[in-house]
Amino acid sequence: MATSAMTMLDPRSRAAARGWSDLTIRNAFIIPTVAFLIIFNVFPLIYSLGFSFTDFAANQNQPWSFVGLKNYRDLLNDQRIWGNFVITAKYVIVSVGGQMLVGFGTALLLNRDFRFKGLVTTLLLLPMMMSAAVVGLFWQLIYAPTWGPINYILHLGDFGLLSNADTALYAVAITDIWMWAPFVMLLSLAGLSAVPKHLYEAAAIDRAGAWYTFTRITLPLVAPLLLIALIFRTMEAFKTFDLAYVLSVQPTTELIAIKLYRLAFQQWDTGRSCALAYIVLIMVVAITNIYVKYLNRVKER
Amino acid sequence: MSGEREMEMQRKTLIGLLAGAAFVLGNWAASAEELNIFWAEWDPANYLQELVNDFTKETGVKVTVSTTPWTDFQTKTFTELNAHGDSYDLIVGDSQWLGVGSTEGHWVDLTDFFNKNKLKDKFLEATIAGYAEYPAGSGKYWAIPLEGDVNGWSYRKDWFEDPKEKAAFKAKYGYELDVPKDQKALHDIAEFFNRPDQKRYGIALYTDNSYDAVAMGVEQTIFSYGGSLGDYATYKVDGIVNSKESVAGLQAYHDLFKFTPPGWNKAFFPENNQAITENLAAMSMNFFAFFPALANPQTNPNAKGTGYFANPPGPTGIHVAALGGQGVSIVSYSKKRDLAFKFLEWFIKDETQKKWAELGGYTCSKAVLSSAAFLKATPYNQAFYDSMKIVRDFWATPEYAELLSELNDNVYPYVVNDKGTAQQALDGVVKDWTATFNKYHRYK
Repeated sequence: MATSAMTMLDPRSRAAARGWSDLTIRNAFIIPTVAFLIIFNVFPLIYSLGFSFTDFAANQNQPWSFVGLKNYRDLLNDQRIWGNFVITAKYVIVSVGGQMLVGFGTALLLNRDFRFKGLVTTLLLLPMMMSAAVVGLFWQLIYAPTWGPINYILHLGDFGLLSNADTALYAVAITDIWMWAPFVMLLSLAGLSAVPKHLYEAAAIDRAGAWYTFTRITLPLVAPLLLIALIFRTMEAFKTFDLAYVLSVQPTTELIAIKLYRLAFQQWDTGRSCALAYIVLIMVVAITNIYVKYLNRVKER
Repeated sequence: MSGEREMEMQRKTLIGLLAGAAFVLGNWAASAEELNIFWAEWDPANYLQELVNDFTKETGVKVTVSTTPWTDFQTKTFTELNAHGDSYDLIVGDSQWLGVGSTEGHWVDLTDFFNKNKLKDKFLEATIAGYAEYPAGSGKYWAIPLEGDVNGWSYRKDWFEDPKEKAAFKAKYGYELDVPKDQKALHDIAEFFNRPDQKRYGIALYTDNSYDAVAMGVEQTIFSYGGSLGDYATYKVDGIVNSKESVAGLQAYHDLFKFTPPGWNKAFFPENNQAITENLAAMSMNFFAFFPALANPQTNPNAKGTGYFANPPGPTGIHVAALGGQGVSIVSYSKKRDLAFKFLEWFIKDETQKKWAELGGYTCSKAVLSSAAFLKATPYNQAFYDSMKIVRDFWATPEYAELLSELNDNVYPYVVNDKGTAQQALDGVVKDWTATFNKYHRYK
């Protein structure tokens, strides 16, 4: 029934009157999308894979030559690139960890009835609706050492959280937590509201403690959605560029995406930057795969 | 009746279509007589737009000055050039782009135009070497000097002239508080005015490492101490970039950084002008192009109390300033080359150069620069003229962007984060630059 509705056109419809077959309509929707994907996604992907084995530099009108795996070898032997990866790993752990804690915590607080719940939830969602560049500029003012509110509240004097090499990365991560914890909160709220109420009632009848209820009912049932939030946020944090780029120029906040940008568009070292992009891609895919495997296991439970 | 209405409608539709077609064609015809100049987003670009309106009045050719923020300027320019795009007919490009612009075929060769118009006699020698000629001494020219610029200093004249400050300074250092006579005095004065408890600091320096800001400040100090960034002809860097003199220069810049306001780790021209307008620092490094904003009481409440000086000489009397500024080049992919040449012919005229200076642009024309009218026109023009005679610049080889990035990577952690020593930082620069020059087969 459903299939016939999909493949058959209503003979009275305007499309049928114009003589369009269902196949034509299907193609009219699918072909542009597929063409778009091939031209702007698949083709550049393959093209850049080719470039990653050459010494091509986009700002030089000179023929490139094939260098085999040299770019990959050089990059993986470069201590500075490994430094960038370590910075990125630290950033991902702090920022995503913080977002999960703050986001899930806020969702737990919001998961009850109180006045203006809708308004409060909407207000809490505002940070993630802003552009990262704007958030970066604002937080630069918030972190300003001489007159910024954070230094005033924490009595830090003129210590620059963003300008100090050791604290800059954490300052950027805190901004990212502020911006993206609402996303985790939103997904957690969806998960929390889907937990059947009767489970809590049964637990109450059995006089289960709050911690027991949380670890045996709430957490397992929300876990799949939390993991999805974790996957999205890890992928995003791994390739963060805008926020860190706007907030800080410290070498200690040079995430791998910033390094890649500089290599590709400031130094125009196209071959090497393509190779680095592929290394990053492989890493992101590998990490995501681990998560997805884990997610499937959680779902099976 | 209905037939008449239908005819009327058809007539109206036809007229509408014709009008539309005429509009499109008219626009297309007009666009053939248009020039697009690309530059960074700053006051001089606005002055240039004002100037070129005269060209439009004279010739009917519309000229648009398109701009982008400084931080994107290099990326956007080379994205366009690398794609052989013709969006821009002329580009007012940075001095260090000459190498890549000329050897990679992005800029049109202007040598004949230069010789025909005897521009070598018309423009200040340093601006021809800095903005037009590549390779150095080859007699081949790729740009017309447009905006002369050089790194200089603004200072709080009112603080310097305060009798109490003068007396205290003399008691501490044994000489009069005045515009610094050398780099040592620059350090002393910065130290003297650095009073964190009063939220007043000694000096504002360039520290931003996303483009060439920190590099300009560092190279200027290294040059002043007798150091160098290498031999631009032979690409020799070892023993030059990390020489005793270069190390002393970098050390001096690092020592000055201690007297900058808190959080001064990402400072370029807006921050350094703010240091003066917001009473943060006694002295501030900046390119002269940004001084009109300091002399204007509407943008600087301390305009009256602000003075200007050229970069002071180093311990052995070497007097150098870092070259900024840009020349205008014709993009070789432009389809309006003839029109662009016509524009340049107009731009190099004496009266155009004079008007350019009056509008606030820094002309490189010798005649205008040395005229008494120019030197007296603003409080900083004399310092500008003095500075333009002592300029030195960064590498202009095609791989300059990599060199700049490597210099930033090595020097920034030492100057700003106090990591390692000046010797280690410059040894790191030598190591990276040697690898880069090897990559481009510069040592044959």
